[in-house]
Amino acid sequence: MVDSLYRETILDHYRNPRNKGSLDPADYTYADTNPLCGDEVRIDLRVENGRVSDVKFEGRGCAVSIAATSILTEMVEGRPLDEVKAITKDDLLEELEIPVSPARMKCALLGLKVLKAGIYGVAQDDE
Amino acid sequence: MTPQPAIATTPFDAAAVRADFPILTQEPAPGEPSLVFLDSAASSQKPAAVIEALDDYYRAANANIHRGVYRLSELSTGRYEQARHLVADFVGAASPRECVFVRNTTEAINLVAHAWGRKHIAAGDLIVLTVMDHHSNLVPWQLLAEEKGAELAHVTVTPDGRLDLDHLDALLRREPKLVAFPHVSNSLGTLNDAAEITRRAKAAGATVLIDGAQSVPHLPADVQALGCDFLAFSGHKMLGPMGSGVLWGKKAVLDALPPFMGGGSMIRTVELTRSTWADVPARFEAGTPAVADAIGLGAAIEYLSALGMDAVRAHERDLLAYALPRLAEIPGMTLLGPSDPVHQSGVVSFTLGDIHPHDVAAILDAEGVAVRAGHHCTQPLLRHLGLVATTRASFYVYNTEADVDRLVSALHAANRVFGLT
Repeated sequence: MVDSLYRETILDHYRNPRNKGSLDPADYTYADTNPLCGDEVRIDLRVENGRVSDVKFEGRGCAVSIAATSILTEMVEGRPLDEVKAITKDDLLEELEIPVSPARMKCALLGLKVLKAGIYGVAQDDE
Repeated sequence: MTPQPAIATTPFDAAAVRADFPILTQEPAPGEPSLVFLDSAASSQKPAAVIEALDDYYRAANANIHRGVYRLSELSTGRYEQARHLVADFVGAASPRECVFVRNTTEAINLVAHAWGRKHIAAGDLIVLTVMDHHSNLVPWQLLAEEKGAELAHVTVTPDGRLDLDHLDALLRREPKLVAFPHVSNSLGTLNDAAEITRRAKAAGATVLIDGAQSVPHLPADVQALGCDFLAFSGHKMLGPMGSGVLWGKKAVLDALPPFMGGGSMIRTVELTRSTWADVPARFEAGTPAVADAIGLGAAIEYLSALGMDAVRAHERDLLAYALPRLAEIPGMTLLGPSDPVHQSGVVSFTLGDIHPHDVAAILDAEGVAVRAGHHCTQPLLRHLGLVATTRASFYVYNTEADVDRLVSALHAANRVFGLT
């Protein structure tokens, strides 16, 4: 189970997060924490002609939350905002290719929650 | 309670104790590791004797207590009150009437904050707590302080996780109405000198509440020796059922308090617009209590008393002395708290390199080792120490040196997964 949860891709994204950093100015920015473990994620987005032209994130947390957010930024980069809005938790979990237990689901989905809240301008509890 | 002999006459046989706990002796699923349970500070496992007491109660004695004139109700009431006697003897209470059954430590502290706090705390009064308190000994006082306009101050903690008693003395010079503190830190295992802190606080005129959630299950805790006014503890952390807990209070202090919750059992007479209150402890036990769970707690106390609380403490001290140097050798290991078996309960909190505690705990879980990761309901303490989360292993009567070996080996595995060694 550990080998599958902490497979090389996850560890790679944790050690070398893609799109790490911040955008100033940004068209959308949002930050949130996972109160259970104190994980923090902030995502900045730039949108041009209805597409995500740039995305950056800053985060502090466990391997699952950081890797999932890193992978999420790769999923949204260059895509139309409508498609980004339509990303579901199952889409992200499929991309992670790891078995996420109920206890770690909030870690895996923190980045997506922040992204959606940023785009919609309100906190969404994407349970 | 008669003090136990300082040295156990027979060596503590943790393997034999372990055999009394069905959950620990289960056959693991094929290919799965056996369970090493190191999260007793959150809630302990239960011996067969406690499970059987619950079972027997529901099979042979179940009926609502008090006022029932039939024999089954008398039997149930008798067992419930017998459990109260066991609790009273266990903590050295002057009378069983000083022991109120509650659901857990949190409820016990909230009871004091509502009943004692609303009566005795006024605007401008000072309440002294500590930076190492569990949220359950912080938040109820925050609510009270906000309601009353009272002031909160917190005894600071040294970098190695001990209370700064000079700071305590400075705060005591401001004559606080209440001093409330943990006997043992749930997060770091720090064993505070509760009797000395209480002595100083009483000398300054304060009422004293001790959070005994992490001490009463693990060491001899005698309210006469401690000298406090209130002692709050949970049954489920001391081999008893979930939903059992106790508030001990000095009879004279309890007698003067108004009720906490209103309802059945806590009244003397009820009219439509006013009522009078029952004597303690009934005054604080509104509604049908968790009768079976209180009886189960009684069985847990009998089990612990047979082991001897001095022997329990000695066993955990020995396990900690065995664990600390072995943990310290692991690359990346940072041990938190006193790291001293004399001043630390069987709780060890640590960080491992830059691996997030949730990742550490997930890898340990895969190796069959159950530990806790997070802030342990002590966010202010961790913030004070510059941390967000730790991994915490906690020992109890059923843990062995083999469990420590499994923990150490699993931590090496975590280092391997994250490529640190």
